[in-house]
Amino acid sequence: MSAPAPRKRGGAFRRFAAVFTKELIQLSRDRLTFATMLFIPLVQLLLFGYAINTDPKNLPAQIIMQDDSAFARSFVSALAATGYFNFSGTARSEEEADHAILANKAQFLIQIPANFGRDLVRGQKPAILVVADATDPTATGGAVAAINGAAASAFSRELVGPLARLQQSPPPFDLRIQKRFNPAGRTQLNIVPGLVGTILTLTMLIFTALSVTREIERGTMETLLAMPVRPVEIMLGKIAPYALVGALQMTIIMLAAIILFDVPIIGSVLLFVALTMLFIIANLSVGYTFSTVARNQLQAMQMSFFFFLPSMLLSGFLFPFRGMPVWAQRIGEILPLTHYMRIARGVMLKGAGVNDLSFDILALGAFTLAAMGLAVARFRQTLD
Amino acid sequence: MNEPPRDDIAIDVEGLTKIFDGKTVVRNLTLRLARARIHGFLGPNGSGKTTTIRMLCGLLTPDAGRGSCLGYDILTQREQIRRHVGYMTQRFSLYEDLTITENLEFVARIYGMPDPQGAARGAIVRLGLQARAHQLAGQLSGGWKQRLALGACVLPEPLLLLLDEPTAGVDPKARRDFWDEIHDFAAQGMTVLVSTHYMDEAERCHDIAYIAYGDLLAQGTAEEIIDASGLHTFTVTGADLHALQRKLGEDKRVEMVAPFGAALHVAAREKSALDAVADENRAGYRWTPDAPTLEDAFIALMNGAHNGEGKAA
Repeated sequence: MSAPAPRKRGGAFRRFAAVFTKELIQLSRDRLTFATMLFIPLVQLLLFGYAINTDPKNLPAQIIMQDDSAFARSFVSALAATGYFNFSGTARSEEEADHAILANKAQFLIQIPANFGRDLVRGQKPAILVVADATDPTATGGAVAAINGAAASAFSRELVGPLARLQQSPPPFDLRIQKRFNPAGRTQLNIVPGLVGTILTLTMLIFTALSVTREIERGTMETLLAMPVRPVEIMLGKIAPYALVGALQMTIIMLAAIILFDVPIIGSVLLFVALTMLFIIANLSVGYTFSTVARNQLQAMQMSFFFFLPSMLLSGFLFPFRGMPVWAQRIGEILPLTHYMRIARGVMLKGAGVNDLSFDILALGAFTLAAMGLAVARFRQTLD
Repeated sequence: MNEPPRDDIAIDVEGLTKIFDGKTVVRNLTLRLARARIHGFLGPNGSGKTTTIRMLCGLLTPDAGRGSCLGYDILTQREQIRRHVGYMTQRFSLYEDLTITENLEFVARIYGMPDPQGAARGAIVRLGLQARAHQLAGQLSGGWKQRLALGACVLPEPLLLLLDEPTAGVDPKARRDFWDEIHDFAAQGMTVLVSTHYMDEAERCHDIAYIAYGDLLAQGTAEEIIDASGLHTFTVTGADLHALQRKLGEDKRVEMVAPFGAALHVAAREKSALDAVADENRAGYRWTPDAPTLEDAFIALMNGAHNGEGKAA
């Protein structure tokens, strides 16, 4: 055996280069990490750059038109001209309009009372009622300001000749703006229900995302697969305990919401609990699906973040959903958090019921079933 | 061997083939194993033993071939096979973060045993693990882990036990106890297929199947395999055994040469040729005729499987 050669100068660099090369090779083999590194900045850039608009326009509004005078029509077109409103429909009754706002189909209701034109001309100061869904104060702030502006100049064309005397300030009618559900515009009322969903998404995803990969990494999967147990049984058995954990989390968050932040539950508590459980199961199923696809626990974690990031950004939690471009809204509609966000805000703040939320409930249910179906199909019953 | 009637056959597979990424791991394997016997499954590392065992219990799908395990089709009746087969993996694969009791109760419940708690308690007594019943499985020593794994395997009273190198890393006393138990199970009618690298364990089996690089090279009792090898052996003692080993290693007439402590084992199929080699190399060495061992037979088989690519040395 010869004595080891004396260390050459520059040896440190060579050893650094050895580690560097090895890391590069390993990184190039790990495609998911690579994709994460490209995907996350790209998504953030696109979302923050294009999708996020805290002053959304084109908000769905419904009109309860009880007058057919030229004044009424002018007022509506003046509102339309602001660009903030998209008159999606005309409600025939107040109940219908209420449903539209509870079901999240309309953010504004504008009621023009009977004989509005006649009363206006008579100088009786008729009142226009504007109901704004203020659960998300950021989303409605701009539009409310625009209504006031439009009202001031709405009738400049009609109020000529003998009626010119009415063209004065204050305007010849009353504008009553009712910020429903959150009259004080407290952001907490909007954020807390969203937080329930966001926290549950992250924790539930990660719990189950690790469940199958952990068995594979620890080698216990081989024994489990050799035993007479079916994939559906394994899946349900793994999801169920975390549903209990989720129920506990929900209780803690809700107690904090009520005690610390003074957020009410206006609707049915039972409905809220039931739908939150549905949402918890939806997320557990997604996590479990990741778990059947990922090869190790790190990959499962990465997939969870892949899912969590758009959930947080595109669900309407951080930014008004209606302020996002259509492509971002489309992606958002796929995510369970988007639907849960509507459900949570609807039940807690607006007192919405099953009928009002049927679309979001069905979407959550369909999503859960699809995720579970995929997981069972993906579950490898053999080691092939 | 006589052809036993089908009821006496536990494993009957034909032409089993498994290919991973273009590499044939098991090639056209045909096995017929009788019930209520201990079958040793031997072969070098990477010879396809684990892959074969996994195909038998439905964990891997063969690329070709067919057959039955306990009378159930290995391709279509995996569920029935799983119910009646106990499979002990090479690596400890019970839950390390569950206690012994919890692990056994889990197994009992999965197999739908009527009284899982009672069954687990019974198994703990049988295994002599009473003092450790509430210890986490992960904290057990290698020998105890192996006992627990075996206990979990036999808990649902399987008809067939598949044991993949069950005694790797276990001390001789624990190995002996383990084999005593295996023999008890076989006496009760259980069929056992056990893969191993240990020759002494191979000799404890009723029958041996030897596979190398995907091919079944020999099957039978230990004596039958030794006889079939047709080897003749000498034990050589003397001063510079290393030099002799190197010299014989290059001799085409010698099938196998391997050191055994202070002696050298030399084997060949042709008795006359081997005698000639002995005569040529008597100076300074003592050549004693010897009966070939199972290991001699296996090493010769392994060399044959390599098409004489290099002798054991």
